Amino acid sequence: MRHDQKGSIPANHLLAVTGLGVRFPTPKGPVDVVKDLSFTLDRGQTLGIVGESGSGKSMTSLAIMGLLPKDAKVTGSILLNGSQTVDRSDAELRKLRGDSMAMVFQDPLSSLNPYYTVGLQITEAYRAHRNVSRRAARAVALEAMAQVQIKDPQLRIDQYPHQFSGGMRQRIMIAIALCCEPDLIIADEPTTALDVTVQAQILALMADLQKETGAGMIFITHDLAVVSQVAQNVIVMNTGRPVESGTTEQIFSAPAHPYTRALLNAIPRLDDDLEELKMVQEFTRPKVTPAAVTTS
Amino acid sequence: MTTTPTQLAVAAEEKGSPLNGGGPTSARRVIHTMRRSPAVLFSAGFIVLIALMAIFAPLLVQLSGWGPYEYDANAVNPDLGGLPHGSLGGIGADHWLGVEPQSGRDIFARIAYGGRVSLSIAVSATLLTTFIGVVLGTVAGFFGGVADQIISRLMDFLMAFPSLIFMIALLSALPAGNRPVLLVLVLSVFGWPYMARVIRGQSMSIKNREFVEAAYASGASKLQIVFREVLPNLTGTIIVMCTLSVPGYIGTEAGLSFLGVGVTPPTASWGQMIAAAVPWYATDPMFFMVPGTFLFLTVLSFTVFGDHLSKAIDTGEAR
Amino acid sequence: MVSYFLRRLFSVAVILFFVSFLTFVIFFQLSPDPAVMICGKTCTPERIEQIREQLGVNQPFLTQFFTFLGGIFAGRSYGAGEAAIHCAAPCLGFSFQTSQSVMDMIVSRLPVSITIAAGAAVLWLLIGVSAGLISAIKSGTWWDKGAMMFALGGISLPNYFIALVLQYVLVVQLQILPFPSTPDFAEDPLFWFQSYIMPWSVLAFGYASMYARLTRANVLDTLGENFMRTARAKGLPPLLVLRRHALRPSLTPIVTLFGMDFAGLLGGALITETVFGLNGVGKLAADSIGKNDQPVIMGVTLMAALFVVVANVVVDLLYAFLDPRVRIKA
Repeated sequence: MRHDQKGSIPANHLLAVTGLGVRFPTPKGPVDVVKDLSFTLDRGQTLGIVGESGSGKSMTSLAIMGLLPKDAKVTGSILLNGSQTVDRSDAELRKLRGDSMAMVFQDPLSSLNPYYTVGLQITEAYRAHRNVSRRAARAVALEAMAQVQIKDPQLRIDQYPHQFSGGMRQRIMIAIALCCEPDLIIADEPTTALDVTVQAQILALMADLQKETGAGMIFITHDLAVVSQVAQNVIVMNTGRPVESGTTEQIFSAPAHPYTRALLNAIPRLDDDLEELKMVQEFTRPKVTPAAVTTS
Repeated sequence: MTTTPTQLAVAAEEKGSPLNGGGPTSARRVIHTMRRSPAVLFSAGFIVLIALMAIFAPLLVQLSGWGPYEYDANAVNPDLGGLPHGSLGGIGADHWLGVEPQSGRDIFARIAYGGRVSLSIAVSATLLTTFIGVVLGTVAGFFGGVADQIISRLMDFLMAFPSLIFMIALLSALPAGNRPVLLVLVLSVFGWPYMARVIRGQSMSIKNREFVEAAYASGASKLQIVFREVLPNLTGTIIVMCTLSVPGYIGTEAGLSFLGVGVTPPTASWGQMIAAAVPWYATDPMFFMVPGTFLFLTVLSFTVFGDHLSKAIDTGEAR
Repeated sequence: MVSYFLRRLFSVAVILFFVSFLTFVIFFQLSPDPAVMICGKTCTPERIEQIREQLGVNQPFLTQFFTFLGGIFAGRSYGAGEAAIHCAAPCLGFSFQTSQSVMDMIVSRLPVSITIAAGAAVLWLLIGVSAGLISAIKSGTWWDKGAMMFALGGISLPNYFIALVLQYVLVVQLQILPFPSTPDFAEDPLFWFQSYIMPWSVLAFGYASMYARLTRANVLDTLGENFMRTARAKGLPPLLVLRRHALRPSLTPIVTLFGMDFAGLLGGALITETVFGLNGVGKLAADSIGKNDQPVIMGVTLMAALFVVVANVVVDLLYAFLDPRVRIKA
């Protein structure tokens, strides 16, 4: 069965998810937090997964990363670079995590360990997968920090997370994700905790870096306006099930499912008029180059 | 995923997360959660039993036939240096928990009367420290400013004190007077900062919550806000802290009485009974086992009850 | 950082000043006249007055207090003329009972108290922290439930009660340990160990239980942090995730707590020393209280306060060293 699926999917997909299900046992019986989810993602492409909190979008990302709690039951198939990751041992998945696939989380402050310098937190990610000296890893970290446009990386590398602003912390998280040049980046609400202007900078940075590295990206958000800006394809999820999927334009111009329409209507300044949608896009698109505002 | 229950309520509260952050928790739900745990039922049962024994000590003593100060020369054997007749420290139908060596006083009667002393001291000290702690903690946390400065310095000072040694020194220096009252006062002087510190931290965080701002906006005075918004939100914390204070004070009172600066003979207290048993521990182990076991089980029951209460309020609020 | 340190030193001085003032008020104002006690039963008013003058207790209260403080820093003399006895700094006065220098009495008892405290500390850190750690990692298992039940018992058992039970069972009944005493390590290390192991265990039991509960709670809190998820998302080996990312945040508060607890014990493990009859500072305090030997009680109280207050500062500095967030602010 699984073999058949493998055969039926072209090998050139970076990620192919088929019939993904995630089930948790609860005192009141098992609950499906994700059900019947299928999609493919190619290199250089961005897939937006949109839904309200509790729609199963974060569970999907954790399932791909293999980071679900032990009591979660995962069914279906996840093929990364053509090889199955569901039911693999944690030791094997660990070799993929941080190397072939990396993740950027929502709250950059709590996602960084306050007790260690950002330098250590970047280099440990690199050294987990590359057998290099401390010094070589530091050079990579400095490069990654420059890549995410942090000024004075030589100075900043030995500072602690609390000495960075929110946007800068998220840049550190991105640097951690990028240092091993992963094929797949999963960004789980990476801009939700940030100010609007900083949001725009981070989005632009991620888009640039993706273009540079050619990685595939899954962008998870509850914000359709953000998705319209970064993703070519969109999946809308509700209570663990995909309710609609298609190209971003399709979804925005002709939402088929009532839930999608509701989501679209929930965005303030946005109605069915595409002209206005463009205005919003103009608004959220960065007007200044990120490098100019890095000292925030 | 389940929320991780915090074992040490006090430790969690010091981190500044109000136990009862999301508004007053439904008391019914907490009771419902508590009633499902056998540990809670056992400990609550034992506490009730001890409380009843303490309250009705005079009646029980009439039943058992021996008062706490009555000497029963027939129960001890003068040839053996005053050891009780019979095995297990003289336990039998006549003396339910045996007798003291030499004097022959009935241990059950002394346990019951001792429980009265221990419990009333612990409960009084808890009430007094709670009152002082809540008043000063709210004043410091909610009103801030100079009041907060003074109260905080005072708390720092009292908590930096080597309190046990100082309590002993104080109690030994003070004139005899009414020992139980003195004990309550001394325990409270060193005890209130622990309550006040937690209350202060939580009032500070509640002060900045939206519902308090809303109350201000609708024209409530500061005092009204304290009584209508702040204190109701602290109820859970206060109840948990109280429950966990009682065993602390029982233990400290027993320790002080054990060291001979607490309740003075012939009044009985559990700690003092253990102290009296020290010279006899090798020949009449029941003499220290009985009060020791009562002390242990009482402290344990209060701690278990407080732990579960804190957990129940914690998770009740998280859902 | 330097100004912060100086501010802390100043607050130490203030606290110690108030501690000594309060102790002084209590002992020299509230308690019975020491001259009467020293004089004994066959006593004349003249003799009492003579002793009062010798002790300096005929002076006004504040004069007495500042003479006492002066004695600590510069030494002082008792009496006048040829009969004067000089007491070199730091002078805490002389015992009413034995006429020994209080300072010497405390210093001679300190090694025993330090041995008891240090041995117990090793035990409770080893057992308490590792039990709490294992409980947190294996949270919900039988090990966890068992260890936490044990710890619950541990914090509820008064240590004098454990002491009596252990002594009755191990020394009197089974006779596998000698009565606790304070022998020299150099003379017979095995006997030294056997003599101290019971006091150590009794003292460590309650602390170990407390530390186990605290460690478990801290580790569980840390395991739920977002940065733990980040660490796993990086593909770090599980042991490294635990060792580097979970342990340091969980154990830092324990280090500081330990500093305070240990310092508290240096001023004498009062109950443990008393119940086993070990001649440490705690037993000295208990004995002096029984005999109303005010200068000794005063000396021990001050010494204990000094340890606690200094430990407070050390712990704060240590915290600043261990937690980078505090370091930068200070």
